[in-house]
Amino acid sequence: MTEPTIFDLSSPGRTGVTFPKPDVPHFDLPDESLLRDDLPLPEVAEVDVVRHYMALSKYNYSVDGGFYPLGSCTMKYNPKINEDTCRLPGFLFTHPLQPIETVQGNLLLMYQMQEWLKEISGFAAVTLQPAAGAHGEFCGVLMMRAYHKARGDDKRIKMLIPDAAHGTNPASAGMLGMTVKVIPSDARGNVDLDALRAECDDTVVGMMLTNPNTLGLFDENIEEVVKLVRNCGGLMYGDGANLNALLGIVRPGDLGFDVMHFNLHKTFAVPHGGGGPGSGPVGVSERLADFLPAPLVGILEDGEEDIPPLYGFVTPKHSIGRMKSFHGHFGGGLVRAYTYIAMHGPDGLRDISNYAVLNANYLAARLRGTFKIPFDRICMHEFVMEGRVEGSDVRALDISKRLMDYNFHPPTNYFPLIVREALMIEPTETENKDTLDRFADALIKIAGEAKADPDLVKTAPHTTPFGRMDEVRAARELVLCCWLPEGYDSEQ
Amino acid sequence: MSNTPSNLQYAKSDEWFDPATGKVGISDYAQGQLSDIVFMEITVGVGDDIEAGQAIASVESVKAASDVMSPVSGKVVAINEDLANAPENINSDPYGEAWFIQIEGGDGSGMMDAAAYEKYCEERAH
Amino acid sequence: MTYIPTSPKERDAMLETVGVKSLDALFEAVPAKYRFPKLNLPPALTEMEAASLLSELASSNENVRGDLVSFLGAGMYNHYVPSVVNHIISRGEFYTAYTPYQPEISQGTLQGIFEYQSLMTALTGMELSNASHYDGATAAAEAVNLAFAVFRGKRRKVVVSPTVHPQYRETIRTYTQGMDLAVAGDEADSDLQASPEVLLPLIDQDTALVIVQYPDFFGRVFDYTRLIEAAHAEGALVCVVANPTALALFKTPGAMGADIVVGEGQPLGLPMWYGGPSLGFFTTRKQYVHKMAGRLVGETVDSRGQKSYVLTLTAREQHIKREKATSNICTNQGLLALASAVYLSTIGKTGLQQVANLCYQKAHYAAAELSKIEGVGLCFSQPFFHEFAVCFPKPVSEINEHLLEHGILGGYDLGQDYPALEDHMLVAVTEMNSKEEIDLFVEVVKEVLS
Repeated sequence: MTEPTIFDLSSPGRTGVTFPKPDVPHFDLPDESLLRDDLPLPEVAEVDVVRHYMALSKYNYSVDGGFYPLGSCTMKYNPKINEDTCRLPGFLFTHPLQPIETVQGNLLLMYQMQEWLKEISGFAAVTLQPAAGAHGEFCGVLMMRAYHKARGDDKRIKMLIPDAAHGTNPASAGMLGMTVKVIPSDARGNVDLDALRAECDDTVVGMMLTNPNTLGLFDENIEEVVKLVRNCGGLMYGDGANLNALLGIVRPGDLGFDVMHFNLHKTFAVPHGGGGPGSGPVGVSERLADFLPAPLVGILEDGEEDIPPLYGFVTPKHSIGRMKSFHGHFGGGLVRAYTYIAMHGPDGLRDISNYAVLNANYLAARLRGTFKIPFDRICMHEFVMEGRVEGSDVRALDISKRLMDYNFHPPTNYFPLIVREALMIEPTETENKDTLDRFADALIKIAGEAKADPDLVKTAPHTTPFGRMDEVRAARELVLCCWLPEGYDSEQ
Repeated sequence: MSNTPSNLQYAKSDEWFDPATGKVGISDYAQGQLSDIVFMEITVGVGDDIEAGQAIASVESVKAASDVMSPVSGKVVAINEDLANAPENINSDPYGEAWFIQIEGGDGSGMMDAAAYEKYCEERAH
Repeated sequence: MTYIPTSPKERDAMLETVGVKSLDALFEAVPAKYRFPKLNLPPALTEMEAASLLSELASSNENVRGDLVSFLGAGMYNHYVPSVVNHIISRGEFYTAYTPYQPEISQGTLQGIFEYQSLMTALTGMELSNASHYDGATAAAEAVNLAFAVFRGKRRKVVVSPTVHPQYRETIRTYTQGMDLAVAGDEADSDLQASPEVLLPLIDQDTALVIVQYPDFFGRVFDYTRLIEAAHAEGALVCVVANPTALALFKTPGAMGADIVVGEGQPLGLPMWYGGPSLGFFTTRKQYVHKMAGRLVGETVDSRGQKSYVLTLTAREQHIKREKATSNICTNQGLLALASAVYLSTIGKTGLQQVANLCYQKAHYAAAELSKIEGVGLCFSQPFFHEFAVCFPKPVSEINEHLLEHGILGGYDLGQDYPALEDHMLVAVTEMNSKEEIDLFVEVVKEVLS
């Protein structure tokens, strides 16, 4: 059974919410040539809208509904209190261009957030402006470019990126016309030092490294990697996607990284929203602090005993400019993450990583006998196994789809590219042992099914409201828009 | 197994070159690896002088994207304008309807012949 | 407090299965000298304490629903959001889901985005919409990326009208700094009174994209048809940055021939939230779909023959194309696109027309009343929507200070961005402003100037 679109539900003359009549004298609209003649929006009642979206919501799997072990995505539980704090009227209804004296609460929160993120990561300065991880990455790469340029070093065009990297890393470098050099991983899943050494020369902008990497492994030679890149004049970019493994464990700034983005929607429990909004603050070392995007929040006037300081905006000396309008994802991003960090404190943060890593290692231990785990050593917050079974032609994708029949969200498939039939599993710290056991049991059972009844697995899912989609048809027919009211012509 | 006509020459990056006509396309093996192709775009024009290894087109399937390189150097004398409207032909007829461009003055003698290319594909399957 | 459900007994059992003695033993790959830093952060709060701390922070702001009456816009507007919007997007099924990579169990999100795409094309008069960008400014910057990709980098100029939002122009400059691209047209001495055709001499065979705003930053409504025709004659594309509320009344950029229509979606049911997160909408023509960044949902059928939806043309995106992708965008504004879809569905055709008409009427009333004051005048004579520029015989900061004393958040000081518009204020009026509030605003201005 499928749900009609909101356009299908439209009935001419039906209305949802209406607005008051004008309380001012009438003013004529401009000449008709400047007006549109039709507005082809749906006409439905409020109850139609509620039932429609209620029906759609039931088709979704969610963290509130069950276990979501999507590797590199950190699908942890999103505390409900954050939903309330971020919707306090003082946050919801403040305009970004209000005089700073009227929004000291917002500015204090942002200032403290900068300070807290600096402390957690070991960086010298933080911008809260980027809207998401990839946006933060782009911001970081822009600063790396600006840093070299400011020193008059124009020949640096090469960005070093490990083969296990997220696609956003090369895409960010590509947006600035840099040449991407892929560095292979060695047999233990670390950056191959010889390959890295061979690429380290005076054309290197820097290296973009995710640590722990997308295999879930902490690079055992991290100090040597940083040294090699630094010695050739390059900068170290840290992809903060996997920060959930490092809270109170190690600070990327201490390891010698120059820049890193945070994913507040991963590490600090901002909900993913079915694909955003995220929030991607960026931390930098002293070397890059002057290049941060503008504006940052600073103290404009020091306070005294009974007078709080005055918070306001400041512009770094060699700022790369503005990444977006206004001040970043304040309400939905910063307020939620601020609430979350305030409730955890230093010990609570450390426990997040402790248990995220314990849960991943526990699942790996439960599954090791059934599935092959390449690069098998103590992992961090996630691990990657091969989604295939000896003696069966069932693939990782099939196993993923079959997991839905057991009411689990599948792991990340086919990533990283360096593992055959990869299944990347990140349980997060908010799952209990029973859930992890049920998940491991389901996977072990599916491995049995793959041999005994491969078709059952290859045609899964069977119990979900929808089966596998025809993705080729979607791409070839390219229907991107639903039915529009009769007589509507997009060319008019 | 893939179809590999013996009158063509093949590149390591999976393009074919027809020494008789100067036409260039991608091999049956390559289209199979990409799976269902939903978009293609030729990025050179008639009259362009191109080098071997230069990108001449990009191809996107449901799950992959790939650049197509020219296997030879020479001058582009024709491009297959119809292919962009029917990229699925790359899957169904990689050596016929789905030629990409035609090159004048190309020398394919350094490329693999059909037997060598088949062996090369087989090696990669393992 | 934390949200970790594991008991000490379970922890010990798990450690044993893993084969390590303690939690600390899991981290031996981390260099010892940097391992386990002591974080200097405030001690953990309970939920009750956190709720009270956050309430205190929030209430130390002056908000525009009770504390202040707002006439401030400049890219973000105080509109009424029907209750239903927040109720729908607060369902855990929507807000705690990930990007819909597994369509079998994500049809709610996918159909929601598909409907959002449909609503945005209906509003802008364009052929297709993506699933969203971060905000209006980054959507405008992505329009440059699209145009750059369409011409494969061979056209190296972007012409931007000086009446595009200053922060959007800054963002475009940030995005393009590695692209060897010239951004022209918005020089400090630009003639702000001129018609849009003033840009024509700059548009040539090297121009990839022309960007204009509709209504422009000063609230003015221009028909860009002639400009677009002329740009097309040079082979350039045109991007219109549009206010979505205005599109309920005014001719669509699609009808004017625009190639790309982007804008800030915040007026469509989103709170101002001190500037974000909001929503960047991005619509274009079918022929450019492969060069467009961002996610896209398409209709298909499932293995049981049911109509359903999937993310489509994903091979354009960064996770497959990597350094050759048009953009690196990954996470976008999914939930807020859904909020806008719920808003547009609930208020519908009639509601959006009512909102737009109320904005228009009240803004014109405010403009008429203000211009009756001696020494005060409207800067421009062209038609406007819900925002207009007024010139005062005194600095805007002085007037705003006085307004604030009366609980009024005055308009935007245009002198900050336009030296020629010193003492000019950009005033925004929406359906939220009553006649009494407008009258009070006018009274206080009179008082300051007398």
